Amino acid sequence: MIKSIKTWILVGFASLLLVACGQGGGGAGSKKSKTLDNTKKAGFVKCGVSQGLPGFSNADEAGNWTGIDVDVCRAVAAAVLGDADKVKYTPLSAKERFTALTSGEIDVLARNTTWTLSRDADIGLTFVGVNFYDGQGFMVRKASGINSVNDFRDGISACTNTGTTTELNMRDFFNSKNIKYEPIAFEKADEVVQAYDAGRCDTYTTDKSGLAAQRTKLSNPDEHKVLPETISKEPLGPVVRQGDSVWEDIVRWSLNTMIEAEEYGVNSSNASSLKDSDNPAIKRLVGAEGELGAAFGLDNDWSLRIIEQVGNYGESYKKHIADTGILPNRGPNELWTKGGILYVPPAR
Amino acid sequence: MNFKNLKLNLSNKNKDLIPQILTVLFLILVVIYFTINAQSNMGNRGISFGFGFLSQESSFDITFSLIDYDGSHTYARAFLVGLLNTILVSVIGIFFATILGVTIGIARLSQNYLVAKSAEWYVEIFRNIPLILQIFFWYFAALRALPLTVDSINFYDISFLNVKGWYVPKFVWTNFSIFLYSIVFSFILIYFLGKYAQKQRDKFGKQIPTLYISILLIIGLPLLSFLIGGVSLSFEIPVLTQLSKTVYVYRGGVSIIPELISLALALSMYTATFIAENVRAGILGVSKGQKEAAASIGLTKGQILKLVVMPQALRIIIPPTTNQYLNLTKNSSLAAAIAYPDIVLVFAGTALMQTGRAIEIISITMLTYLSLSLSISVFMNWYNKKMAIKEK
Repeated sequence: MIKSIKTWILVGFASLLLVACGQGGGGAGSKKSKTLDNTKKAGFVKCGVSQGLPGFSNADEAGNWTGIDVDVCRAVAAAVLGDADKVKYTPLSAKERFTALTSGEIDVLARNTTWTLSRDADIGLTFVGVNFYDGQGFMVRKASGINSVNDFRDGISACTNTGTTTELNMRDFFNSKNIKYEPIAFEKADEVVQAYDAGRCDTYTTDKSGLAAQRTKLSNPDEHKVLPETISKEPLGPVVRQGDSVWEDIVRWSLNTMIEAEEYGVNSSNASSLKDSDNPAIKRLVGAEGELGAAFGLDNDWSLRIIEQVGNYGESYKKHIADTGILPNRGPNELWTKGGILYVPPAR
Repeated sequence: MNFKNLKLNLSNKNKDLIPQILTVLFLILVVIYFTINAQSNMGNRGISFGFGFLSQESSFDITFSLIDYDGSHTYARAFLVGLLNTILVSVIGIFFATILGVTIGIARLSQNYLVAKSAEWYVEIFRNIPLILQIFFWYFAALRALPLTVDSINFYDISFLNVKGWYVPKFVWTNFSIFLYSIVFSFILIYFLGKYAQKQRDKFGKQIPTLYISILLIIGLPLLSFLIGGVSLSFEIPVLTQLSKTVYVYRGGVSIIPELISLALALSMYTATFIAENVRAGILGVSKGQKEAAASIGLTKGQILKLVVMPQALRIIIPPTTNQYLNLTKNSSLAAAIAYPDIVLVFAGTALMQTGRAIEIISITMLTYLSLSLSISVFMNWYNKKMAIKEK
């Protein structure tokens, strides 16, 4: 009997010890980047992507991921590890994405995520920039006779995804128009498409790029159209965990490098030949001048590798969004010098 | 701690008690460890913890709600909407699963080859296909098969079925409370009638036709409330309205959304297979001798089933059927896949996403399912005790 009591007491002490240890762990905010060290040690960038959105992040039959969101992760891998292919992709639902990032399952979230105040400030995340300016729109059947959002009437049913800003915008929009509507929200995009296709709802609302991409999955894409109005601002961009400012800077400037490279006409084919360019801005981009990489513990060729292996933003957009027929016009996603709103701080 | 005293006090009772107390202490410590660990990790990552968000405005709408709700209400209210929807689909599911299950279970024991074999096939097919697939099947098959609003299936011009749901007339009551009181009152009368009838039977061996009197009461009293209580009922029939060239909708009446119909259908058809097997086991579990003995003392066939077979069969049927009720309730969380706004879709889905409060919301949701399951359990255990053998 005594023996068994002793065992129990031992177990009790052991659990006390466990508690004491548990408090000691963790601790971030040191000057060195834990995420960068871990990434180098692991040999790949842990990147969270969508479960399949053509143009942004979509896997082919062989499991190769492509898209402009995927290119952000590839750029980070090229900068940090020297090889754009060293990325491990984790497909995430809208619901899972932030938890996956804050818990450390992924280190970069490049999953068509809208930058909002509450997401940025409240839940331990930091948005590093915008890689696609989007806005919410509506898709309807061409035969419906609805040509504008002003043709919506009380009782209209709208299908969408849960767990996105879309649900909130939809309410704001219909409330401002004083229209009673029936919201039908699905967890996965594929089910939304099926339900809309079957006629469960009269309109399908999500980001316009998403509508354009999902339209291709309908049984008769030509029978549907996207209404001209845009009802919200949806700046989509990559996200990192709060508290690792070095890693945050690496991801931010990997994206900025792609945009700046387009601005200066540097692309994947001419980058290395521009090392002796006359323009100092170009020389900095291809690593021939300055010590910019040192600021976040990288060598000087980090930006050259991004441009050579991934390409500039224009190349990425053309390959994934324009040439695939999703959105042939760049619209707001054009450089500021060409009438768009893509404008990044100078890399110097 | 003084071990000497401890040793002296080790009566049989203490022997059992001490390990138990230590186990509980250990469990508490484990919980504390996880809480502190989670807190420190969340602190490190800059995530705040708290339940204040529940009183914030939710700012999202829900398709279907039993209580008054829109986006200007709080997250707490959205939680309640989800909870009520979960309870609704569970209650409907349990109701139909029980009826269907008992029918199929008895049918499997039928002497008729065709009936017995059909029941067997039903059970084997529906219990062996994953539930989520059945839900998708009923939902998308139904959606594809049902006509558009303008070509609705018409039931006598008062009820309409189409891809957007099943529209039925809405009851418009005046003096509804009097009607309700009359029903409650008739139930009270029936209760006392039952007591009285039992007494008469025990004392004088007199049989009072309680069933017929009860039926009379439950129809008669509410009818009386219509005639002299000033209760009246009218119907609001759904009307087809055109919204645009090809978009139509029914306004007025009550709309039962296809998500609810297909989810309830899938849940009850799936769970019915398990209940059917329980019922079959229960009936087979009563020994033949019991029936023969009952017959030999002159009971009729109906009396044998009611007084001898069923009370004993129920004792076998209830405990595993409780499990099936619990399973059905928990399985209703698959609703999220087909946009039925249950607690998982509304609260652990949309609300979680909008607030980012994963730990808080998931704990609330888990606690809710736990309390739901425990309530069902408590009720079924009470019923089981009532049905159990009472040693006299």
